[in-house]
Amino acid sequence: MSEQLQAEFQAAFQAEVDADGRIEPRDWMPDGYRRTLVRQIAQHAHSEIIGMQPEGNWITRAPSLRRKCILVAKVQDEAGHGLYLYSAAETLGADRDELLDLLHTGRQKYSTIFNYPTTSWADVAAIGWLVDGAAIMNQVPLTRCSYGPYARAMTRVCKEESFHQRQGFEAMTVLANGTPAQRQMAQDALDRWWWPSLMMFGPSDGDSPNSAQSMAWGIKRFSNDELRQRFVDATVPQAEHLGLTVPDPELRLDPETGSYAFGEIDWTEFYAVMKGDGPCNRDRVRNRVAAHEDGAWVREAAAAYADKQARRAAA
Amino acid sequence: MNDTALDTDLLAYTLRLGDDCLVLGQRLSEWAARSPQLEEDVALLNIALDLLGAARTLLTRAGELEGKGRDEDGLAFLRDEPAFTCGLLFEAEGGDFGQTMARQLLVSAYQLPLWQALTASSDELLAGVAGKAAKEAAYHLDHARSWVVRLGDGTEESHRRVQQGLEEVWPYSFELFERDDVVARLVERGVASDPDLLRPVWETTVTEVLKEATLEVPQTTWHPTGGRSGKHLTSFGYLLAEMQHLHRSHPGARW
Ligand SMILES: [Fe+2]
Ligand SMILES: [Fe+2]
Repeated sequence: MSEQLQAEFQAAFQAEVDADGRIEPRDWMPDGYRRTLVRQIAQHAHSEIIGMQPEGNWITRAPSLRRKCILVAKVQDEAGHGLYLYSAAETLGADRDELLDLLHTGRQKYSTIFNYPTTSWADVAAIGWLVDGAAIMNQVPLTRCSYGPYARAMTRVCKEESFHQRQGFEAMTVLANGTPAQRQMAQDALDRWWWPSLMMFGPSDGDSPNSAQSMAWGIKRFSNDELRQRFVDATVPQAEHLGLTVPDPELRLDPETGSYAFGEIDWTEFYAVMKGDGPCNRDRVRNRVAAHEDGAWVREAAAAYADKQARRAAA
Repeated sequence: MNDTALDTDLLAYTLRLGDDCLVLGQRLSEWAARSPQLEEDVALLNIALDLLGAARTLLTRAGELEGKGRDEDGLAFLRDEPAFTCGLLFEAEGGDFGQTMARQLLVSAYQLPLWQALTASSDELLAGVAGKAAKEAAYHLDHARSWVVRLGDGTEESHRRVQQGLEEVWPYSFELFERDDVVARLVERGVASDPDLLRPVWETTVTEVLKEATLEVPQTTWHPTGGRSGKHLTSFGYLLAEMQHLHRSHPGARW
């Protein structure tokens, strides 16, 4: 492609993005845009499927049949989210198996939040309330992302995530108003999930090197710190409503702005977990790899059968 | 029978159907995040959810019939092993994916005509549950059929594994068609479906699928039984321990 043509395509692309239009799979796009999206969508897909583990391990122990059904449906939704997102990545020329391989070999990451353990039933409720809640804050702006297939996948995902968030809050409400042991379970879960949930928005704006480019490309709409602040402002009153204490002694409501000031996030912990040294990184990846390897013979059989059928049809 | 008298037959039958759905739903949900591909996480959890949904309605009804104030959770979480009346085929451990699909074939080939027949049950609640469950069972059967065929006629390894899985679960299928006094009396009253009529339908479906899958119909003289009278496999105690411990740790709590 001539340099002049390249420049024209680039200008047309940026004009479309600036006008809040949608880039579709067949449209011309800069290589960096494509690479950034593949990486972001893949990491999002990985987070959905790794996220099935921490809650999935409570399905067989759920304390009522109603809660068991809600949890099964939720974990099933997360598998569905993984499917939509890998499909969205495939519209950019990626391949699901290759992306899974990057996850299995640690070359691509998933959300650090899923490297914390779920040690009590209240963790299931807290994840729905806080983790799905934070995911919604992050993801609603993505429904307006410049890349069409990602934006559309996110529209569907966000509807289900907001359902998860409401169910999580409702489960938390029952615990918070339950027996003393249930109440303590709820407080303990909030204590453990609060700070990791705030970390889900990523590093502070000053330490987030790729944010400016993603904003220019219409992939990102709000800064990490803005989204984090919105989450805190929405969630603290909910915790108060539950009669639970947010584990941050520096939390203060600014009566003028209606916003909460909050304490410093422990970024050392965040980076340690991101690099692989969280409580569950090893388990999560090991379980994922084991499921994949244990299922290899099944996928091979399906492929072999499809080949045989194709040959039979041709014969 | 007099309307106000405790209908022990209907109670026993409703509880059996509910327990079958509950324990298989529990077994299938063990696959969460462990299945061979993402599509199967969705499919297996979907089937689990259908079964658990049916179990909730049936156990709720059983509690009402019993009249001792036990709800679905009281029956699911607070009964001990001998009070459960699920069939052994439903409670057996899942094994590998091949064995899980072999069991699902045997179960769904049974549940589809069972629910279809029960849509005409003189018991309104059973007829209602059956209408929904028959549609779901048709999907479960399609899903199991397509996997058993693909595994049976796939690779050498998959053929060997699914045949072996089938051999494991096959002996438990005989119990499905037992006709004890409860069933015999309820068939007479137009409440239950007749196992003598279900058996040939089941056999036709299963042999057809196994033939297409190039699998052998297992030959066995072992016909284990006992589930309906509370005599379960050793593994069932572990299933209950896992399922019930949290609920039992907080007596009287709401969730
Ligand atoms: Fe999700
Ligand atoms: Fe979710």
